[in-house]
Amino acid sequence: MARTVLNQADIARALTRISHEILESNRGAENLVILGIPTRGVVLARRIAETIQRIEPTATNVRVGSLDVTMYRDDLGHTRTRTPSRTLVPGSIDGVTVVLVDDVLYSGRTIRAALDALGDHGRPTIVRLAVLVDRGHRELPIRADFVGKNLPSSTAERINLHLLEVDGDEFVSIDGGPPGGEHPDGVDTEAAS
Amino acid sequence: MSSDSTASTPYLIRGATLPDGALTDLVLADGRIAEIGSGLSRAGATVVDAAGLIALPGLVDLHTHLREPGFEQSETILTGSQAAAVGGFTSVFAMANTSPVQDTAGVVDQVLALGERAGYVTVQPIGAVTVGLAGERLAELGAMATSRARVRVFSDDGFCVSDPLLMRRALEYVKAFDGVVAQHSQEPRLTEKAQMNEGALSSELGMVGWPAVAEESIIARDVLLAEHVGSRLHVCHVSTAGSVDVIRWAKARGIQVTAEATPHHLLLTEDLVVGYDARFKVNPPLRRREDVDALRAGLADGTIDIVATDHAPHPVEAKDCEWDAAANGMVGLESALSVVHAAVVDTGLLDWTDIARVLSRTPARIGRLSGQGQGLIVGAPAELTLYDPAASRVFGRGNLAGKSANSPYLAMSLPGRVLATFHRGYATVLDGALRPAAEIAAVGGRTHG
Amino acid sequence: MRHLLSTKGLSQGEAIRLLDIAEDMADVADREVKKLPTLRGKTVVNLFFEDSTRTRISFEAAAKRLSADVINFSAKGSSVSKGESLKDTAQTLAAMGADGVVIRHPASGAPHVLAESGWIDAGIINAGDGTHEHPTQALLDAFTIRRRLHRGAARGKGLDGVTVTIVGDILHSRVARSNLWLLTTLGAHVTLIAPPTLLPMDMSGWPAESGFDLDAAIDAGPDVVMMLRIQQERMNAAFFPNSREYSRRWGLDDERFGRLAPTTIVMHPGPMNRGLEISSAAADSAGSTVREQVANGVSVRMAALYLLLSGDREDS
Repeated sequence: MARTVLNQADIARALTRISHEILESNRGAENLVILGIPTRGVVLARRIAETIQRIEPTATNVRVGSLDVTMYRDDLGHTRTRTPSRTLVPGSIDGVTVVLVDDVLYSGRTIRAALDALGDHGRPTIVRLAVLVDRGHRELPIRADFVGKNLPSSTAERINLHLLEVDGDEFVSIDGGPPGGEHPDGVDTEAAS
Repeated sequence: MSSDSTASTPYLIRGATLPDGALTDLVLADGRIAEIGSGLSRAGATVVDAAGLIALPGLVDLHTHLREPGFEQSETILTGSQAAAVGGFTSVFAMANTSPVQDTAGVVDQVLALGERAGYVTVQPIGAVTVGLAGERLAELGAMATSRARVRVFSDDGFCVSDPLLMRRALEYVKAFDGVVAQHSQEPRLTEKAQMNEGALSSELGMVGWPAVAEESIIARDVLLAEHVGSRLHVCHVSTAGSVDVIRWAKARGIQVTAEATPHHLLLTEDLVVGYDARFKVNPPLRRREDVDALRAGLADGTIDIVATDHAPHPVEAKDCEWDAAANGMVGLESALSVVHAAVVDTGLLDWTDIARVLSRTPARIGRLSGQGQGLIVGAPAELTLYDPAASRVFGRGNLAGKSANSPYLAMSLPGRVLATFHRGYATVLDGALRPAAEIAAVGGRTHG
Repeated sequence: MRHLLSTKGLSQGEAIRLLDIAEDMADVADREVKKLPTLRGKTVVNLFFEDSTRTRISFEAAAKRLSADVINFSAKGSSVSKGESLKDTAQTLAAMGADGVVIRHPASGAPHVLAESGWIDAGIINAGDGTHEHPTQALLDAFTIRRRLHRGAARGKGLDGVTVTIVGDILHSRVARSNLWLLTTLGAHVTLIAPPTLLPMDMSGWPAESGFDLDAAIDAGPDVVMMLRIQQERMNAAFFPNSREYSRRWGLDDERFGRLAPTTIVMHPGPMNRGLEISSAAADSAGSTVREQVANGVSVRMAALYLLLSGDREDS
C-alpha cells in the first residue's frame, strides 16, 4: 500500500523553503539561472523561479529553463531507447550560478549526466543542486545543496512523486514494493517512470 | 521391400487407383506393363501395396535445366535425374544452355549418354536454335536431329530468338525433321535490366519492370510466323493473361502452336518479391493474381497444353545476395506434381486424367519422344509413378534431391507425395526414397544393353 | 527502432518522434560544444556502393556529432561489386564490430537484404537503394517543411493539409518514393508531375495525384514545390527528346517561379542542374530551402542514428 509522505501543501512549503535557501546562498537573485531536469524537475524549477520572483519583486529576470540529460546518460545501451525532452537554456550560463532542479535524488547518475550536459553549454561559476526528495542510495559522490525532504527508503520501495502540471494531482508517496522490486538499473524514479 | 530388385525382377502393384478413378493391379515385367486388372498375381514379383495411391504415367518434363556440361556446381545430369525421379518424372528434356552449349551433335550425344549412364530417367537433349545461343546464325539443327540423340525440340531458352528473320528461318528449317522451336518469348529491348513483373508493385519497390507486353508481343509475332510458314511453334513458360489470349486466338485460327506453363506461375504471385528473397526471382517473373488465374483457366480449357518445370538450379551464392545480382530461376522437379495438385486439382480445374495428359502424354508428343507418355496400357513401356494425394507435407530441404536448394516452396505446406517411380520397369523411387545411384546404374545400364 | 529501411513502414507517431528528436539535435548545432557523447564507443560504417559525397559526409557529420567512430567503406569500383560481395562485406563489417551500417547501394532492396540476412547484427540505415527509397532524405525534407511552417513550435506537429508538388523523374527517384509515403503519413497531399515516360507505369497503390502539366500544378498554388534532379542519361534512353524541351515543359523557370505565391517553399534534394530543372532565381530565392535542407540533413541523421543505436538492441 502506498503511504503519502508529502501532500500538496507540504510540497508548496518545501519549495518555498528551498527558494529562500537559494536566495540566501546566492545573496539575492542576481546572476541566477534555474534549470530543471525533465520532466518534473522543469515544473519544480518554474515554481521555484516564480517563488523567488515573489520573494524578491525587484529582482529582474530570474532565468529559468530546462536541461535534458538523455544524450549524456551512461545507461543508453541497457534500456529501451529513450525519447529526449527539450533543452532550453535561457541565454549564456558563463559566469552565473546555475541551480539544477530534479524531483527525486537517488543514484546520482542523472545529476552526473546533467553536469556533463551543462559543461557543453558553458562554464557557470557555481552549480548547485535542489531536489524535492532525497531518498539516499547514492552510487556517485554527489549530494544535494537544497532538499525538500529526506526520505530514507529501502531500494525495494518505490517513491511516487506526482505534480499537478504533469500528473493532474500532487503528492509524494512511498510503496512497499514487492521483494526484489528495486529498479534493476538503479535509476531515479522519475527516469524509470 | 527388397532392395535388390533389378530390371529383370517383375513388380506387382496392388490396388492402385488409375487416373480415371478405377482400382486395379498392375504387373511390370521386362520393362513393359505386362498386365492390368484386378486380383493379379505374379510369381517372384516384388509386391508394392498401392492402396490409396494414384498411378500416373511417368511424368515428362519438356523444360529442364540439368546444367551439365559446364555448370556442375549447380546440377549434374545425375543429380538432376535424381531430382526428376523423386518428383515422379521418367523423362526430362534437357535445355541447351550448357557450356559448351548444346548446339552440335557432339554435345547433345554426350548429354544423352550421361543421362543413360545415370539411368534414373530418359534424358532427351534439346538443341540450341542458334550457335552459342547468340541469336546470330542457325546451329546445325539437322546434324542434331540425325544424331543418336534424335533432337526434335530446339530452343535458345534463357534468350529469345528475337530476330524475326532468324526465327522464321528456324521455324521453316525444322520442318525437314518434324522439329519444333520452343521459344523463350521475351522482347529484349523491352526487358533491359528487368527485375520483376512491371506493375504497381515494381513501381513501389523501384525495380525495373518486365512488362507483360514483352512476352505477348513476341508470342503474337511468332504465331503469325508459324502460320505463315506452316510450322510448329512451342511457347515456353507462358506467364501472362494476355499471352493466354494470344495463344487461344492462334489455336482458334488453326495455327500449330503449343504452350507450357510452369508450376510456379500456376501457384505463386509477384507479392512474394516484397521481402527481396531472391529465391522468388525467376524469368519470366512471377506475375499478378489475375495472370495466375488466366494460366489456370488456359490449362483447363486446353489453350495451354502442358505443365513444364523450368527446373533451374543455382548455387547458394547466386541467390544469397541482393536481388539485382541474383540469378533467375527456381528448382522445380521435386515439387512439380504437388504444386500442380495444389494449383489446379485442389481447385477443381483439372482431374487426374488431365494431369496425365498435361504432364505426360502431351509433352512427350510435342517433343516426339517415343517410349514415353503412352499411358497406362498393357504393352506400353513401364513408365509410371505412384502418388499419394492424401499426404501433406511442409516442403523442406530434405525433399530436394538435386544439388541446389533454390526452391521457392521451402517451408510452404504442399499436398501429396510421390511414393514410387518406375522407369523402364525398374524402380527409381520406392517407399518414397530414391534408390542409390550405383543400383540404378547397374539396372539402367543393363536395359540400355 | 531496429533499422531504418524505408518510410513506407513508418507510422505517424514514429515519424513525428524522429522529427522531434531532430529538433533537439538541431539545437545542439547552436551550442558552444556541438557534440554529444551519446554514441561514444559505437562504430558506424558508411558502406557506399555508389558515389555520393553529400550523403556520406552528412552521415559522417551526424555520427561524429554523436561521438561515434566512423569508418568509410567505399565499395564502388573495388574488385567486389556483384554477387556475394554484399554478404562478404557484411560479414567483414560484423567481424569489425560495426554497430550501425549506413548503406547506399544501386540495387533496390539491398539494405533490406542486409538487415534480414543474418550476416550482420547491426542497425541498418538505408542511405538510398536503387530507385526504391531514401528515407533520411524524405525525413529531412519533412523536417524542413515543418520548420518553415511552424518555426520554433514545430515539435509534435505533422503536415496536415500541406500540399506538396514533386516534379521530375518520379520513375527513377527514390527521393520521390520516400517522400510520397512519409509526407502522406504526416498528413500532406502529394501531387507528382512528370513527363509520362518518367512516371511509373502503374501508380494505383500510391496515395498521390499525378499529372503531366506543370503549369496547372503551379497555378493550383501548392505550399511546397519539390524539384527533382534530372539525369542527363535519361535523354539518351529516349525518356524525353532533349534538355531544352524538358526544361521548357517541366523546369521551374523564372516565369513559373514568378507565378508561385511568395510563401511557397521551393525544395531540391541536390545537386541541382541550374537552368535545367530549376532556375537560379528560384534556387536562390527566399522561398528556397536548398541550403537548409543540407543543414537539416545532419540533424535528421543524428536522430536516426540515435534511435537505432542508443537503445538495448535486444529490446528493439
